[in-house]
Amino acid sequence: MMDKNFEPRIVAFLCNWCSYAGADLAGVSRIQYPTNVRIIRLPCSGRINPLYIVKALQNGVDGVLVSGCHPGDCHYISGNLVAGRKFALLKNFLVHLGIEPERVQFSWVSASEGPRFAQIVKKVVNEVKEIGPIEKMVKRL
Amino acid sequence: MMKEIETRIKEVVKDLFTQNKIDLFIGYSKGSLPLTSSPCFITKSEDIEKLVWNSFCSNNLAVYLPRIFNPQPRKKEKIELPRIGILAKGCDARSIVVLIKEHQIARDNVFILGIVCQGMGDRKKIRNDIEITGAEEKNGRITIVDENKKEIELKREELLSDCCIECQHATPPIHDILIESGNQRPAAPKGGGRDFEKKSIEDRWNLFQEEISKCIRCYACRQACPNCYCRECFADQTKPRWIGVTDHISDVMFYQIGRIFHQAGRCVDCGACVRACPMGIDLRVFTHKLVRDAKELFDYEAGVFLEEGLLLATFKPEDKQEFISEP
Ligand code: SF4
Ligand code: SF4
Ligand code: SF4
Ligand code: FES
Repeated sequence: MMDKNFEPRIVAFLCNWCSYAGADLAGVSRIQYPTNVRIIRLPCSGRINPLYIVKALQNGVDGVLVSGCHPGDCHYISGNLVAGRKFALLKNFLVHLGIEPERVQFSWVSASEGPRFAQIVKKVVNEVKEIGPIEKMVKRL
Repeated sequence: MMKEIETRIKEVVKDLFTQNKIDLFIGYSKGSLPLTSSPCFITKSEDIEKLVWNSFCSNNLAVYLPRIFNPQPRKKEKIELPRIGILAKGCDARSIVVLIKEHQIARDNVFILGIVCQGMGDRKKIRNDIEITGAEEKNGRITIVDENKKEIELKREELLSDCCIECQHATPPIHDILIESGNQRPAAPKGGGRDFEKKSIEDRWNLFQEEISKCIRCYACRQACPNCYCRECFADQTKPRWIGVTDHISDVMFYQIGRIFHQAGRCVDCGACVRACPMGIDLRVFTHKLVRDAKELFDYEAGVFLEEGLLLATFKPEDKQEFISEP
């Protein structure tokens, strides 16, 4: 039974130099995007431990968005390129285990792409709404 | 063939000791049960006779090396590292390559006695209603004796482990001496979650849950894996505490996802974790997915080329970007 009023909780891990600034730009430009997203700022997408993502799901977050600078633009030169390999493997692995691909999404957003950030958030929120609240992986005592 | 290899191993080890080239040799000795062998540590030439070679020398011996070489913390004086001789099948040698690349092994202090592997047997492939009281191996045939003293003859090939059936690297990629075995196994894709992968997402999740619910979190899979040399495993950390101290399935899953994902680009498909599991969980259904993906997405195989950068420490401009969601 799908709850029409289901408002997902999305955690977004954003890198400090591009994506977080992109989110900031979306804010100061007064671009509307869903309030379902809770942003966590990290120095670089390369700083993301894949276990953060799995832990978020375990704690009942309905979806995770990870975003960093576009390839070639990373403040630390290659943090996002190295991280990209981890992300690609993690996503496939979680899907292999049976976790919906919509739950964990990755994107590249630059500091000037406020509108793009808003679009990504909308997309993730809509897709997660579609598949409903997280059941798998959650630790309910 | 097996006996000849065994004799040759003993000769080499004898030489190593008489020429004072090593302090310790790691090989296999007779196991405590039929159709098993145990890892064995030889420190003096009198003990060389204990060494064996047969179809059940499965353990990945590389697991001991990081523990031996792990530098003592905060010791100022230069410590003399031991010189180790080690028997290495294809997979053991690949693990050694991974460990050298990850700076866990002093290459100069290791003498690698490589063997072109003919594939190792899996005791679990024998019908489990037979109580094996004895076994003998001769000319590619294995004769087991059951509780009624009845002899059952099996072909060696019938008992090969899944990972051995699929193995593409029977020849150790690194070695100081190589013993040939006339291996002519055709490597064939087998198991490793290929059928699992074809199921629907819900079925996969249910099967994953079912399989993992058997896990008692004994961490034997971690202890058996040569890649799991971390001084403080994430599973034991308390700051942050990644895994709750409950038997909740979610915590068990978190351990499994964490441990298996830590092998991404490092797993050599040696099967040590699968063999170690007391609950008979086929962990390969999950570990091998990462092995396949490393190959398919990044054309990378762990432990094959010493000079190649580590999968997760390097990148190529042509790395696929399919995991990215576009708005
Ligand atoms: S994960 Fe299992 S198969 Fe892979 S290297 Fe470790 S013990 Fe071997
Ligand atoms: S599971 Fe991960 S953290 Fe634990 S020992 Fe293995 S590689 Fe290290
Ligand atoms: S060896 Fe088996 S039971 Fe023990 S922790 Fe690993 S999967 Fe679980
Ligand atoms: S700083 Fe943005 S991805 Fe590295």
